Amino acid sequence: MSKKFTKDHEWISLEGDLARIGITDYAQEQLGDVVFVELPEAGRQVEQGNDAAVVESVKAASEVYAPVSGEIVEPNVKLEDEPALVNQDPAEGGWFFTMKISNPDELNDLMDEAAYADYVKELG
Amino acid sequence: MNEMTPMKQERKQTFTGHQALILEEKLIFEIGSADKSGVDLEPVPPVNTRLGDCMAPAKPDLPGLSEPEALRHFVRLSQKNHSIDAGLYPLGSCTMKHNPRLNEKMARLPGFSDIHPLQPVSTVQGALELMDELAHWLKTLTNMPAVALSPKAGAHGELCGMMAIRAAIEARGELETRRRVLVPESAHGTNPATAALLGFKVDEIPANADGRVDLAAFKDKLGDDVAAIMLTNPNTCGLFERDIIEIADALHEAGGYFYCDGANFNAIVGRVRPGDLGIDAMHINLHKTFSTPHGGGGPGSGPTVLSDRLKAFAPLPYVVAGENGFDLIELEAQSGDQPFGRMVAFHGQMGMFVRALSYMKSHGSDGLRQVAEDAVLNANYVLASLQDVMTAPFAGPCMHEALFDDGFLKGTGVETLDFAKAMIDEGYHPMTMYFPLVVHGAMLIEPTETESRDTLDLFIATLRDLVRSANAGETERFTNAPELAPRRRLDETRAARQPILRWQSAEETAQAAE
Amino acid sequence: MRYLPLTPTDRGAMLSRIGVDTIDDLFIDVPEAARLDGPINLPPHQSEMQVERDLLAMAAQNKTASTVPFFCGAGAYKHHVPASVDHIIQRSEFLTSYTPYQPEITQGTLQYLFEFQTQVCELTGMPVANASMYDGSTATGEAVLMAHRITRKKRAVISARLHPHYRGVIDNLSDMGGFEVASPDDSVNGVEDLIALIDEDTSSVVVQYPDFFGSIRDYSTLASEVQSRGCLLIVVVPEIISLGLLKRPGDMGADIVTGEGQSLGNGLNFGGPYVGLFAAKEKYLRQMPGRLCGETVDADGKRGFVLTLSTREQHIRRDKATSNICTNSGLCSLAFTAHMTLLGGQGLRHLAELNHARAVQLADKLDSITGVEVVTPTFFNEFAIRLPAPAEQIVEALVEKSVLGGVPVSRLMPDSDMDDVLLVAATEANTEADLEIYEAALRDVLKGVSA
Repeated sequence: MSKKFTKDHEWISLEGDLARIGITDYAQEQLGDVVFVELPEAGRQVEQGNDAAVVESVKAASEVYAPVSGEIVEPNVKLEDEPALVNQDPAEGGWFFTMKISNPDELNDLMDEAAYADYVKELG
Repeated sequence: MNEMTPMKQERKQTFTGHQALILEEKLIFEIGSADKSGVDLEPVPPVNTRLGDCMAPAKPDLPGLSEPEALRHFVRLSQKNHSIDAGLYPLGSCTMKHNPRLNEKMARLPGFSDIHPLQPVSTVQGALELMDELAHWLKTLTNMPAVALSPKAGAHGELCGMMAIRAAIEARGELETRRRVLVPESAHGTNPATAALLGFKVDEIPANADGRVDLAAFKDKLGDDVAAIMLTNPNTCGLFERDIIEIADALHEAGGYFYCDGANFNAIVGRVRPGDLGIDAMHINLHKTFSTPHGGGGPGSGPTVLSDRLKAFAPLPYVVAGENGFDLIELEAQSGDQPFGRMVAFHGQMGMFVRALSYMKSHGSDGLRQVAEDAVLNANYVLASLQDVMTAPFAGPCMHEALFDDGFLKGTGVETLDFAKAMIDEGYHPMTMYFPLVVHGAMLIEPTETESRDTLDLFIATLRDLVRSANAGETERFTNAPELAPRRRLDETRAARQPILRWQSAEETAQAAE
Repeated sequence: MRYLPLTPTDRGAMLSRIGVDTIDDLFIDVPEAARLDGPINLPPHQSEMQVERDLLAMAAQNKTASTVPFFCGAGAYKHHVPASVDHIIQRSEFLTSYTPYQPEITQGTLQYLFEFQTQVCELTGMPVANASMYDGSTATGEAVLMAHRITRKKRAVISARLHPHYRGVIDNLSDMGGFEVASPDDSVNGVEDLIALIDEDTSSVVVQYPDFFGSIRDYSTLASEVQSRGCLLIVVVPEIISLGLLKRPGDMGADIVTGEGQSLGNGLNFGGPYVGLFAAKEKYLRQMPGRLCGETVDADGKRGFVLTLSTREQHIRRDKATSNICTNSGLCSLAFTAHMTLLGGQGLRHLAELNHARAVQLADKLDSITGVEVVTPTFFNEFAIRLPAPAEQIVEALVEKSVLGGVPVSRLMPDSDMDDVLLVAATEANTEADLEIYEAALRDVLKGVSA
């Protein structure tokens, strides 16, 4: 499926019942050079909208929220050694974690690519 | 001012790496040696040691230096620092004012510097008298009935004030229900951090278009679950909170307590008493209002004044005056009140108490009032002299600091950070940047009362020239800055991605890499 | 007014540039009810000479450590500080600069902080140290909170042989933060069973080294037992000179080491300012409180230093910060680093040996007095003695003989049944003659007690 987006600038893409989550290009640009990523451990249950990870640049730290509810399957441990991936490749290699989603209906709350592009444009 | 001459020549390279008076200096670990020492000690008398099985097999692996080498090392380091003694240091909210040297001399009197905190109180009556007199000045200047002297810094004083509030709420049996602390968006980061440390939930109050607390929004948030408000006054935009008494009244009616962040007390000392504003607790940074030196980041001192509603909960220890002189109340059993506990070992920052009292006595009641007036005058002078070329988000008058945003830089390709770095080449320490958060690209200028009009005039002229330059498209003057400092811009990303937080020998580094 | 550069002419001209008539016009935002009619009722300004007279009069009432045989310790120690240390910290560029937020023009501060962190790491045997805390007691309180964060548990087991003021700081933070503390019963020379107090809610075990009564123990076994139960071992070192001679807490397996650095470079100052030391295992770096200084390069590739990993701190992380701490003890850490640099490893070892030797000499002398018993079997430069009378009374009697003989345990632990126990410290500042004067004075005082 194509990606869906949150107002907090996370993206989510579904591969079967497994979802992959990252932050958008807009988000990484706002943050600046990412220097550290704190990832959730596999097996943790998260609710939609709750903190799931933390991303830090030199001057800012932001929570990454779970776009939907579910169970964390795999954190992208590559980011621990190479946080710059979030800047270089936010949409692919810089993903944060995968999760098994528990309520697919929650995906309906999210924006599609076009809606997100409009949303970002509004932010100026 | 002279027109800027474009000067793009590279700085001359030298064999030593030194550049005349800017001397490069290695780390101690690269110049010292483990068998060298700058201290002569008496020989160790032969004894049977009583160290059990805890003696270390070898001496610590740390190099030493002889006295001349050590002095040279640290003097060279010192020459890479900007300081208030050398030039204007207009860091908003930080209050870099002159540090009178009399204070240093007084703090070094052996009668204060060479006494132990747990000597019998009969042998330290003068020290207790000094603490008592300092307390008297602080209570009188704030019109508050009690002060806790022991907090070690401003944030520690905040913690003290909020702990007293928490204790009072607990004594009322409302700890379970009063969980919310209201904090304006513009607050110092220490405020939400302090509230969170005590388990309170932080609830942000928005600012109004005036740069002050939005009174209606504040009242909407009041309720019987509100423990306190933490409000800075004058606030972090450099403005006096006009509605402060109304805020205090409404809060008290709702059963909450008023914590005031006193970081900016220097703007009103001698002219306004926080006790007259309905405040229940306020810390006072002795290193801001009362001129104790900042020392590159500390030590500070954060005595906290308390209202009638909170004074019974003041922490241990405190000084009391009795018939036979002064005494220290160090234990709950000695206290007739309900002290909430202890913030710190011993009695607080005595060295800072001496300096602050020396400053207060030097200025007196009349001089302290003049301090506030000159601080406010200097800030308004800067605001008035720059607001036609820089953008001030809020109308004046301001209090002790002038706030600008980055509106005037729009379209120039220069950002607040670059503007600040260009000030370094002109010999100034930049103003506070990007704080308060409620203003885009904030620049907060606090000249303090100890700057002369000539100094301010040159500073103003410099900033005007920088603005001209930015508008004229001379972006390299900003984006390449600083070019003349001991170091150019430092790579903070690299420092954070692969932290190197201590020196390691080549062998250790190689080992770690394996 | 000697500290204020503006003249009345300046003020007038500046007011007119601003466009107001009087200074009062700049204070118009102050509510009328809070405007003062006249000056506050405090004395007027004074000359430098008069202030000096006033403060000298107060200072003169205090009995100073250097003028009498002096044996107080209990977390603050009398040491000789080389004259050059005070000269260094009074350099304008160190004394009157701020937190190094603009690294291009504060490399001096940043480099000494980096040197300080390195020295603290080497002394404690830990891989990372921060750029200092307020003091040893608050550093220890922060260490307990950090252990709670790391383990996501909320109970600390605390040795009864931890300095009671440090304990007070932890108790207070725990009360206020909704955490718990547990401790064994205290006794002067008992060996504690701290492991038995660990439960599934326990985050950490806190021990002091040398402990409050002066005892030293190897905590290696304790460290592994604590860690095997999922807890962190916090080792507190209130006398940093001791690590010139003793095994390092890091080598024993400590997870967090806190300490008081006053003994290096800083005077007694009636309790402050001092300098808190804070070091930890590398894996706990992101949970540390306080400032950290790190190495990097500038735009020309030259080595330089910056404050780093600041996303842990309150000015960025606000209510999610690791601590609310902002100020550190910058200048006191410079004094620490300058003194440590003058000593070097060899000098520190020598200094520590001299401290220990003086304490052993004194213990032998006092132990030889009838009715006096040294109750600390192994110690560094401080030990406890049992007296045949309340220690506070003896200390007061010694003051009459111009000897400051130590700290009565009852002053800090009134309910401990240790009224007759006195903590006695000896350092390099004590001469052999001081020790003899103390012994003679105590014999004399005790004669009065038995008679």
